[in-house]
Amino acid sequence: MTKPERDPYTGLMTTGHEWNGIKELMTPIPGLVKFFLTTTILIAVLLWILFPTWPYGPNYTKGVLGVDQRSLVQEVLVKAASLRSVWEEQFTTTDMAILEGDPDAMAFVRMHGERLFEDNCSACHGLDAAGGPGFPSLVDDQWLWGGDFETILETLRVGINAKHEDTRYAEMLAFGDEGMLSSAERQAVTAYVISLSRPDELTEKQAGRLAEGTELFAENCASCHGEDGAGSRDVGAPNLTDGFWIYGGDANSITATLRHGRVGVMPYWEDRLTEADRRLLTLYVRDLGARD
Amino acid sequence: MVSQLTRDERGSAMILCVILTLFGATLGLMGRDDVLGWHGALLALSGMVLLFVVMNKLYDPDPDPDRVTRYYDDPTKVGVIVSMMWLVFATFVGDWVAWLLVYPEATFDAGWSSFGRLRPVHTTGVIFGFGGNALIATSFHVLQRTSRARLAGSLAPWIVLIGFNLFCLLAVTGYMFGITASKEYAEPEWYADLFLVVIWVVYFVLYLRTLARRQEPHIYVANWYFLAFILVVAILHIINNLAVPVSLGHAKSYSLFSGVQDAMTQWWYGHNAVAFFLTSGFLGMLYYYLPRRAGRPIFSYRMSIISFWGITFLYMWAGSHHLHYTALPHWVQNLGMTFSIILVVPSWASAGHALLTLNGAWEKVRDDATLRFMFVAAVFYGLSTFEGSFMAIRPVNSLSHYTDWTVGHVHAGALGWVAMITFGTFYTLVPMLWNRERMYSSRLIEAHFWLALAGTVIYVFAMWNSGIVQGLMWRAYAENGTLAYSFIDSVDAMRPYYFARAVGGFLFFLGGVIGLYNIWMTTRMPTMEKPPVYDLPPVVEAEPAE
Repeated sequence: MTKPERDPYTGLMTTGHEWNGIKELMTPIPGLVKFFLTTTILIAVLLWILFPTWPYGPNYTKGVLGVDQRSLVQEVLVKAASLRSVWEEQFTTTDMAILEGDPDAMAFVRMHGERLFEDNCSACHGLDAAGGPGFPSLVDDQWLWGGDFETILETLRVGINAKHEDTRYAEMLAFGDEGMLSSAERQAVTAYVISLSRPDELTEKQAGRLAEGTELFAENCASCHGEDGAGSRDVGAPNLTDGFWIYGGDANSITATLRHGRVGVMPYWEDRLTEADRRLLTLYVRDLGARD
Repeated sequence: MVSQLTRDERGSAMILCVILTLFGATLGLMGRDDVLGWHGALLALSGMVLLFVVMNKLYDPDPDPDRVTRYYDDPTKVGVIVSMMWLVFATFVGDWVAWLLVYPEATFDAGWSSFGRLRPVHTTGVIFGFGGNALIATSFHVLQRTSRARLAGSLAPWIVLIGFNLFCLLAVTGYMFGITASKEYAEPEWYADLFLVVIWVVYFVLYLRTLARRQEPHIYVANWYFLAFILVVAILHIINNLAVPVSLGHAKSYSLFSGVQDAMTQWWYGHNAVAFFLTSGFLGMLYYYLPRRAGRPIFSYRMSIISFWGITFLYMWAGSHHLHYTALPHWVQNLGMTFSIILVVPSWASAGHALLTLNGAWEKVRDDATLRFMFVAAVFYGLSTFEGSFMAIRPVNSLSHYTDWTVGHVHAGALGWVAMITFGTFYTLVPMLWNRERMYSSRLIEAHFWLALAGTVIYVFAMWNSGIVQGLMWRAYAENGTLAYSFIDSVDAMRPYYFARAVGGFLFFLGGVIGLYNIWMTTRMPTMEKPPVYDLPPVVEAEPAE
């Protein structure tokens, strides 16, 4: 241990400790540090007095301001509700057909509806609402369950194959996995389904299976998709004659659909969006161009 | 390596390798139906490779009996190199995920390369791989010099270093397999956590035993910090990772805590991991290498004391500020906030202490990029601790929470403070370790300094911008009480900032590559005839008379 010595640069004394050449000065703690330490502790004590902070036994200090984060949130919610109430009432009570003809209402729909759509719908249906593999387009004039006001609104409320008790239920059966149609039979049905929208694209092989496919379709598929393959909105069965496809219209995709079946899910929104918001989205979706 | 061990130690090393192999094999067999099997195989293979290495040198002559008159630096040498390799790897992955946020398609169509798995590879690689190895390596070096004592045992430091790196390897490969405990910065699963506990206890015991051998009457400040780091990290790691495995044959486990208790435990851990891993440990580094490099005495012994106890006491209370405006009770949030406010004072006292210690050496800061690294590190330490306390204030947090501001804050600390102090330290330490007069190239250090500084500044500014823009967009309401922007609007607005961030990250990565090259080339420089004397030798106690 060395003796305390004077540092030539600062003129201050060292502590006399030394570790492999490192020494320490005996500088007092600067006043600034003491000042800020005192100030911040005083701020903390003040906050302890004003706000809920310290636990004791089963309870905690409530603070003299009586602030509570739940009541704070409640205040903000009440304020937001009063701002929204102006248009919420209009959109809940006015007939949607009337709103659709009201330019002011529709200007609002295009603004707020876009945000609602982007936050809630676009993850599946796409920012342009044109859908994608597995998710239907909302701008193609084709509807599984119908495109009138009340039907869209109801689809939004209960969803499709969702957990809502009134949900719309639709399932394309797995004809292959369930052993209802053999591989050859599925090829025949595929040929027939292609012939419904694009008869000129059939290969020679497929054309040869058309008769068998027609028969199998009538036996297995027509109950949902209709004898003409035009689908049924009562059971959410898509139209197979219109050239629009959710899961793809090429032979491979159709065969895969026949083999494994399809159960598309749309979540229900009754618990997550207000009725006003759902009506607004209905108007927004129709405004995108798809009318019935 | 092995020839520095005594015959007895080589025997113990072999037994440990066999135990590791058996442990790995058992884990592999029990987990053969699970991804756990691969990790068992990895450990068993590592055990066998190590066993082969030891056996290969088993009958080498005994080490020089004079070795007690020298410090034991082989583990530190390996630790420095491995640390820099982790840095290059982990910043590469970091920059990759940064580019993924600009071009989401810039990845492979495989699970391991998805953003969610690569991100923890980056964070674990940087914090534990780079930071952990740097801390282990420098703590061994500092401990011996400031105690004038050789490490207590030649085998224990290898257990710590190799074991810790095996843990990092289990962690990083596990994420790519899809194994995660889903706790941020504590993602490794139960078996890896238990493995680390063993390693960490060896580290703690080794540190205490060496300290007990010290020949200096006082324990130097750096050792207070290193010891706080080792002890508190052990406590944090054990408590936060308390979990019940689905079965001994499965990697998956469930935390002992649930709901808001789980969240609070996690952020008590997370915040104090920042405090004791990324702050205390690196302050230990700063307190030794900065005065050494600057050739100045520590500015004030009393400041050391007040800062150390301030940081150590206050950080423990502050974790709840990570859970503002959540299901956590209001009073817990407020309590954490008030301690976070006081915390800025010892933090700034530490940063200011480093700068005041540089008084009388400012011309060196100007001329010497190595010391400049340490100076900038102290500045960023001050900056990010002020920012941290500021963001802990609830109303500020309501803007900053969940935004990129947090990411920017973390990187101001990780790049600006943790990495910069480590680079300054390594450039001071490497010539000492390999008995060189200087580093291979001072121009490359200069280049590394400017790349690292530019990268950090670009990164942090980009994230301040993106974070505040996000925060403002998310809270913006139209007059009729509806949101002014959808979430995807805010994502779209991030593109220029994410681009800038990825460029900044690339510069930082490039600096790391240059650093590794420079260090490697220094080790390859020819040995000098008369190497410089850096250290006072260890004080060897006289053998007790028979």
